[in-house]
Amino acid sequence: MTATPRLVEVRQHVLKQNDVTARALRERFREAGTFVVSLVSSPGTGKTAFLEKVLSALRDRYLVAALVGDLATDNDAVRLARSQVPVKQIITGTVCHLEAKMVESALTDWSLPKLDYLFIENVGNLVCPSSYDLGEDLRLVLISVTEGEDKPLKYPVIFNTADAAIITKIDLAAAVEFDAATAWTSIQSVRPGMTVLEVSTKTGEGLVKFLDFLEAAKVDHLRERAR
Amino acid sequence: MHELSIAVSILEMAEEEAGRQGAARVTAVHLKLGPLSGVVREALLSAYDLARESAPPALTGSELRIEATPLRANCPTCRRVVAIVSVQHQCCADCGTPTPDVVSGNELEVFALEFL
Repeated sequence: MTATPRLVEVRQHVLKQNDVTARALRERFREAGTFVVSLVSSPGTGKTAFLEKVLSALRDRYLVAALVGDLATDNDAVRLARSQVPVKQIITGTVCHLEAKMVESALTDWSLPKLDYLFIENVGNLVCPSSYDLGEDLRLVLISVTEGEDKPLKYPVIFNTADAAIITKIDLAAAVEFDAATAWTSIQSVRPGMTVLEVSTKTGEGLVKFLDFLEAAKVDHLRERAR
Repeated sequence: MHELSIAVSILEMAEEEAGRQGAARVTAVHLKLGPLSGVVREALLSAYDLARESAPPALTGSELRIEATPLRANCPTCRRVVAIVSVQHQCCADCGTPTPDVVSGNELEVFALEFL
């Protein structure tokens, strides 16, 4: 006699554990009044250079800290530490993305004041980070002018999970014949209505506008939370 | 390549559920997978094969069956849930209005298990 398999409905999100941790983190940040911003991009887009500028610009007015993910080195944390804000490295080993529990353990034993802003720089990867909620309030996806205007079409999921797009290295736009209109169309195609900002870490172009955007997003978010 | 860790999570969930159900063996795991999940079907199937080799005996004979879920969103023009052209062109398949208001397509969900 052959037994017939029995079918049982379960309905469980595979990343349930990550989502539970992310929700707990979000709640913790909410209570502390901390606005949490994550950054994702390909390797080499300039996340670290951009973040270094942002941290330096914010540190006089706000309590700011940063977590930075990397597969193997703490080079980025060393660079970010030049901005003189607390920085902690998360070395992921063979894992190609940050997960909520890595953020949670990095925050454990890290004595921080009640922060206004916490930045989380993900591992350079436009694929894997898209599936993992880190408890952040704002997810920024960065692309540089040297990467090609169709990058959003090649990595639609990460653009879909992000809240705003930042185009970096805009000072090189003319040299690489970057077509801003095509890039903008690609972004809007995968994520209609997405905010797109252009910056140059080298010349400082667009940084003030970005900081205004960030501030407005924070205010909006805190107002939303208060409801 | 995060499909391997996803495959391991699926096997762990199946093992846990088998324990709860008092089942000796899991023969199939049914998964809903959306185009916005960030997980590639073929990569996940290969990863599952690999992860299964080092899974507990109750799972070594299990098969992963993936059901692809469609991308659907609220269309502000048609005022209803509609099919979306594609992840690259996120607009209403009926009228062409762009819409970011996705209602399905993020699924990465085990929805059923078969036990023996």
